[in-house]
Amino acid sequence: MTPFSYLRAQSLQDAIAALAAEPGSRVIAGGTNLVDLMKYDVEAPRRLVDITRLPLHGVIPTDAGGLRIGALTPNSDLAYHPQAARDYPLLASAILAGASAQLRNAATTGGNLLQRTRCPYFYDVATACNKRAPGSGCSARTGINRNAAILGASEACVATHPSDMCVALAALEAIVHVEGPNGARALPIADLHRLPGDAPERDVTLDRGEIITAVELPSPRFGRHHSYLKLRDRLSYAFALVSVAAALEIAGGRVVTARLALGGVAHKPWRIREAEALLEGAAPSRAAFAEAADRLLQGAVGLGGNDFKIPLARRAIIRALTQAADGAPQSQSRKVIN
Amino acid sequence: MDQNDRRPGAELVPVTLVVNGETRRLEIEPAVTLLDLLRERLHLTGTKKGCDQGQCGACTVLVDGRRVNACLQLAVMRDGCDVVTIEGLGTPDDLHPMQAAFVARDAFQCGYCTPGQICSAVALVAEGQARTPDEIRELMSGNLCRCGAYSNIAAAIGDVMAGAAGAKEAAE
Ligand SMILES: Cc1cc2nc3c(=O)[nH]c(=O)nc-3n(C[C@H](O)[C@H](O)[C@H](O)COP(=O)(O)OP(=O)(O)OC[C@H]3O[C@@H](n4cnc5c(N)ncnc54)[C@H](O)[C@@H]3O)c2cc1C
Ligand code: SF4
Ligand code: FES
Ligand code: FES
Repeated sequence: MTPFSYLRAQSLQDAIAALAAEPGSRVIAGGTNLVDLMKYDVEAPRRLVDITRLPLHGVIPTDAGGLRIGALTPNSDLAYHPQAARDYPLLASAILAGASAQLRNAATTGGNLLQRTRCPYFYDVATACNKRAPGSGCSARTGINRNAAILGASEACVATHPSDMCVALAALEAIVHVEGPNGARALPIADLHRLPGDAPERDVTLDRGEIITAVELPSPRFGRHHSYLKLRDRLSYAFALVSVAAALEIAGGRVVTARLALGGVAHKPWRIREAEALLEGAAPSRAAFAEAADRLLQGAVGLGGNDFKIPLARRAIIRALTQAADGAPQSQSRKVIN
Repeated sequence: MDQNDRRPGAELVPVTLVVNGETRRLEIEPAVTLLDLLRERLHLTGTKKGCDQGQCGACTVLVDGRRVNACLQLAVMRDGCDVVTIEGLGTPDDLHPMQAAFVARDAFQCGYCTPGQICSAVALVAEGQARTPDEIRELMSGNLCRCGAYSNIAAAIGDVMAGAAGAKEAAE
């Protein structure tokens, strides 16, 4: 690790000012991603601003009937929070599908949103990687690209966003609250992560000095019609090759509202409104699910090592929608896919 | 890096931790992980370093009662916390019930993963989220065992959970 100095922020304003004052400063929360990356010198901040003592904890009901989740809420506390687990089981399920019990205890809501890609070249400072060293090239394009993107990638970068939680948050249309040198603002989660384009070094749309303070969920409406289906190389404690968050609102035998997001396939949770609209108004059926899957995967391309993800994603979408329609969400402990 | 060697230019920060019930005051570089502090500074070598990347669980300890990977914790961030390691759970003459269950079930081979497994298992029982064998396995998936002692580890945990449930019923 490159030596750095340490600042324990006493207030949010303190932290924002510290980040603005020194360009080499970085926020640290649970540390489960940043400390790892610092050990490999993938990240080498000059100063860490520890925000863990700030009052950004807690899960609070909102006037709109939703939930406001403080950015420092640990992933495990959120997944097991009685109201969150009852009203947003899709989110709880996605969180529990990720990492391990120990990691979820340390990992925070804000940190999970901003965790960086697991592209093997991003981690290996001896290789070319535009995300880590802009302009150096992309080793994954022609190298090991088993976990690379099939959608929304660019010439410069084919990395995927590794979070499970974010895929559920995308389907649930969460709002992200941030505060920075220019005050507070809120943005839909769809606008937080970016596609790599020609600036893959930027994962998100946040400005320098902006801190995530909370994530807000709109009032719940999917009941038991949801599923988070995660497919990976082993049954637990592994990142997704493909994951699907599916949520349906069903009335009178017809889909009223559909929400569908994919993980492991792009630089951000992948959601296309038209794919969801194809389901709305129709009776749940395999044919309708397949049509939505094809729309969501429109334009998907493989690089060789990840070609398998395209048919895998198609089947996973159909399966997750079937589970959601049946009100039989995927269990995250009994891994048989029903 | 040898954590005892201070690198030129690196600042030292004071940290106070309660480790296995004992208050420890140290001056450390901010880059020192909780794992290295425990092993290199306090010589509590029961906690193991497997991957140093959060991928194996060998370094699992309890911080304020919660299981975490000590290799991904900066010690300075845990200033003021209560830490329990395998050395704090029990002694050879007075084993923690989970330690005793691991012995009774022969839940190890080389033993390298065992301190992490036991700390993790103690937390798993306290969390109360696992009821079925599938749930025990899932919520223990953060602890790898290269010797493949998984079935006996799961059985040992099941024994302790059954014992705890029995004891609770008896008390009610
Ligand atoms: C072995 C292993 C397996 C894993 N498996 C999975 C998995 O299967 N699925 C999954 O989803 N995740 C997985 N993870 C990743 C884990 O979920 C993340 O590391 C974690 O969520 C990051 O949260 P943190 O609080 O520890 O972030 P930190 O490491 O503290 O920070 C991460 C980044 O976010 C920034 N940051 C943190 N909080 C804020 C804030 N409030 N405002 C602004 N910036 C902030 C930091 O500057 C840093 O850039 C795994 C991790 C490991 C080590
Ligand atoms: S895919 Fe992105 S992160 Fe991976 S090597 Fe290419 S530029 Fe780097
Ligand atoms: S040494 Fe910490 S998880 Fe492997
Ligand atoms: S007993 Fe050898 S690694 Fe688990």
